Amino acid sequence: MREWTTPGKLRAKGIIGMNRRNIRYIGRYNNRRLYPLVDDKLQTKLLAERFGITTPALIGTVTTQFGVKHIGELLAGHSGFVIKPAKGSGGKGILVIERVEGDDFIKPSGARMRLVDVERHISNILSGLYSLGGAPDVALAEALINFDASLSEYTYEGVPDIRVIVFRGYPVMAMMRLSTAASDGKANLHQGAVGVGLDIATGTAIRGVQFDRTRHDHPDTGHELASLTIPDWPTLLLLAAGCYEMTGLGYLGTDMVLDRDQGPMLLELNARPGLAIQMANGEGLRRRLDLIEKQPEGVSPEARVAFAREHFARRSELETTAEA
Amino acid sequence: MSRLPFYLLVGVLFLAGVAMSLHRHYQLEVPWTPGEQRQVWEVEAQVNFTALGDPVLVDMALPSTQEGFRLLTEHTASPGFGLSFVEEAGARRAQWSIREASGSQQLYYTAQVLVAPDSRPPRLETPPLRRDIVWERPYDTAATQLIERAWGRSADPYTFARELFHEFDEQRQDENARLLLTQFDRTPLLVRLLNQAGVPAREVSGLLLEDGRRRQSLTSWVQVFDDQHWRLFDPATGEQGRPDNLLIWEGDGQAVLEVQGGTSSRVTFSMLSRNQPAAAAVRNQLAEDTILNFSIHSLPLEEQALFQTILLIPIGALVVVVLRILVGIKTSGTFMPVLIALAFIQTSLATGLIGFLLVVAVGLVIRSYLSYLNLLLVARVTAVIITVIGIISVFSVLAYRFGLNAGLTITFFPMIILSWTIERMSILWEEEGPKQVLIQGGGSLVTAVLAFLAMNNPWVRHITFNFLGVQLILMALILMIGNYTGYRLLELRRFKPVTED
Repeated sequence: MREWTTPGKLRAKGIIGMNRRNIRYIGRYNNRRLYPLVDDKLQTKLLAERFGITTPALIGTVTTQFGVKHIGELLAGHSGFVIKPAKGSGGKGILVIERVEGDDFIKPSGARMRLVDVERHISNILSGLYSLGGAPDVALAEALINFDASLSEYTYEGVPDIRVIVFRGYPVMAMMRLSTAASDGKANLHQGAVGVGLDIATGTAIRGVQFDRTRHDHPDTGHELASLTIPDWPTLLLLAAGCYEMTGLGYLGTDMVLDRDQGPMLLELNARPGLAIQMANGEGLRRRLDLIEKQPEGVSPEARVAFAREHFARRSELETTAEA
Repeated sequence: MSRLPFYLLVGVLFLAGVAMSLHRHYQLEVPWTPGEQRQVWEVEAQVNFTALGDPVLVDMALPSTQEGFRLLTEHTASPGFGLSFVEEAGARRAQWSIREASGSQQLYYTAQVLVAPDSRPPRLETPPLRRDIVWERPYDTAATQLIERAWGRSADPYTFARELFHEFDEQRQDENARLLLTQFDRTPLLVRLLNQAGVPAREVSGLLLEDGRRRQSLTSWVQVFDDQHWRLFDPATGEQGRPDNLLIWEGDGQAVLEVQGGTSSRVTFSMLSRNQPAAAAVRNQLAEDTILNFSIHSLPLEEQALFQTILLIPIGALVVVVLRILVGIKTSGTFMPVLIALAFIQTSLATGLIGFLLVVAVGLVIRSYLSYLNLLLVARVTAVIITVIGIISVFSVLAYRFGLNAGLTITFFPMIILSWTIERMSILWEEEGPKQVLIQGGGSLVTAVLAFLAMNNPWVRHITFNFLGVQLILMALILMIGNYTGYRLLELRRFKPVTED
């Protein structure tokens, strides 16, 4: 029985289970009609541009098979870029080109591709190879994110992203997802990425978990996690909070990245964010969500961020354990 | 938003369900449990033929009380036809007639047969030996040789029949047997040979009773007589003895169905086993249909058999709902496990499981090749469907060759379901790795097995089929579970580390 806990203890911690999330939050606050806004990355991107929310720059889109032939002209002059399907899920079909040398396109792993390989990849995207249910899709070409060098010691291969849960426009909980060798460069926690809970007030690390067990350092780089601080934190929170006005979705997972030059950017949105963020923070979402349900409508994003930073401040557990 | 109407709805559904069930139990004396009862088979024969526009006479054999079974009641449905029952020396026949009919015709005959182990066989007259048997060359020599060989190895009519039947075994057939089989059907041939050797015998037609089967046809059996008694033989295997579930439909060596004035005639059988309290079974009440007595028992038997399965689906779905919402098991495809469980009901559990694992495993290997081809989804799944049919055919043939009859029943698996399972598993493998395939595939199988156990439980079958009110109770229950915001059982394990500090 050492592997199991009781419902009473979970409730005391304010942990939210899958059923409660589905009925009380997603069912009640997310209108299904709005889902396409987040399921289609192109729509999200165009919407974000309208609302002044920074996203990785859109180089162009390819919507037709004959358009594939012009991809060379579209990409000319861009040294690094990312090609992804608009309706892909779970990171499938994303092609990252770090730099271009003459006729060669070079992936982060060092593998080289020719223009025809890129064209075939895009053609596959269009025919729906990576989209849900095989529906015809659109390919997006985005500028490459130059992620903040200060974070490179905390991650392995992939770009680390920051997941902020936004409830009725209030940022309620945040974590950073660091890819590891075990997760094969992907940032999915159930595949072995490290989740680091972040203090909403300051953007500093609270606690780290991998495979649901506490960790204090990165398994591959060996760097300790306690010193992790997200630069430009208030801006990032403000961007995340703004996604509520943008989509109208009440319970939202926002995935942000930090660009060296342009600071925090919105990468993508999720209308059904998972619950692992509670593990990374060592705390349940329940009390924070209850508090926000009592707040009135029509508060400005700035005021919401200020409210969240004041009420959801936490001291790092990593520091206290380090001191002890 | 008030939840009151919702709870009212749930309450009304629940109470209505309970009330309907109680009514059926007390008013119509339908028992709660399937035990302490008599088994009654309802057998429906459906005669189909195309009438040619002239007078039509349909003559069909009918079963009578016999060893193991007692005939309770019988009904017919034959709009516009005249009907009479004819009885001649213990053999009963129904004769339908009409002056003019054209186009497709359907006649129904339904009999209720009580399983009565103490029912004694009627005394059967030994049929006259047929002396008029004439063989053409070279069949005469073949027949004589076969008879002589079997005769030498036998002591009485039964052992002779057994030895003769063995001559026609797949493995032991010699040239003589093969030669005769090219010219004659097996059963009439055996009867002919027996008669020629001076052993009275005749061909009878019987129905193997199996619950819920539809569109069955009669099987041939051979009755062999000595002076005092008779014995039944299976012409296919040479086995002696009457299976418990064999209802002899035509026992006089006559044709089962004769149609004058029509073509393409055939008769198919549906059957349903129903448990009734001993008293009710004998009383064979005919309760009139009212709203409260709303019953699927008033449907034709073929539809009833279908409903017996359909009414079980909510039970399987309930298992899925409980396992997913209350326990938190991951399955691949929400109600796929119910469909797999339905297939298990057809195949039996062990065969079903082995067949399922074999087909999915082989399918995954082949599918992994298909994924190299970068096909579009629909085309790929279609290719998988064809592959699955191929795999099932190969397994069935192999199983048959090795003498495993069970292998044939894996053909009951719905091909499309299997193909989608393979497709999903394969995509899961590519995206999340083999571990997730094991978790979700294992979850699906565990769920399917539990759903099967729940659905195949005789008590559950009895309740769902006899008490339609239970469906309303299930509905209320599922609505309530759909409202559950508490923790799933497996989340108590998942979130355990959070509570540790």
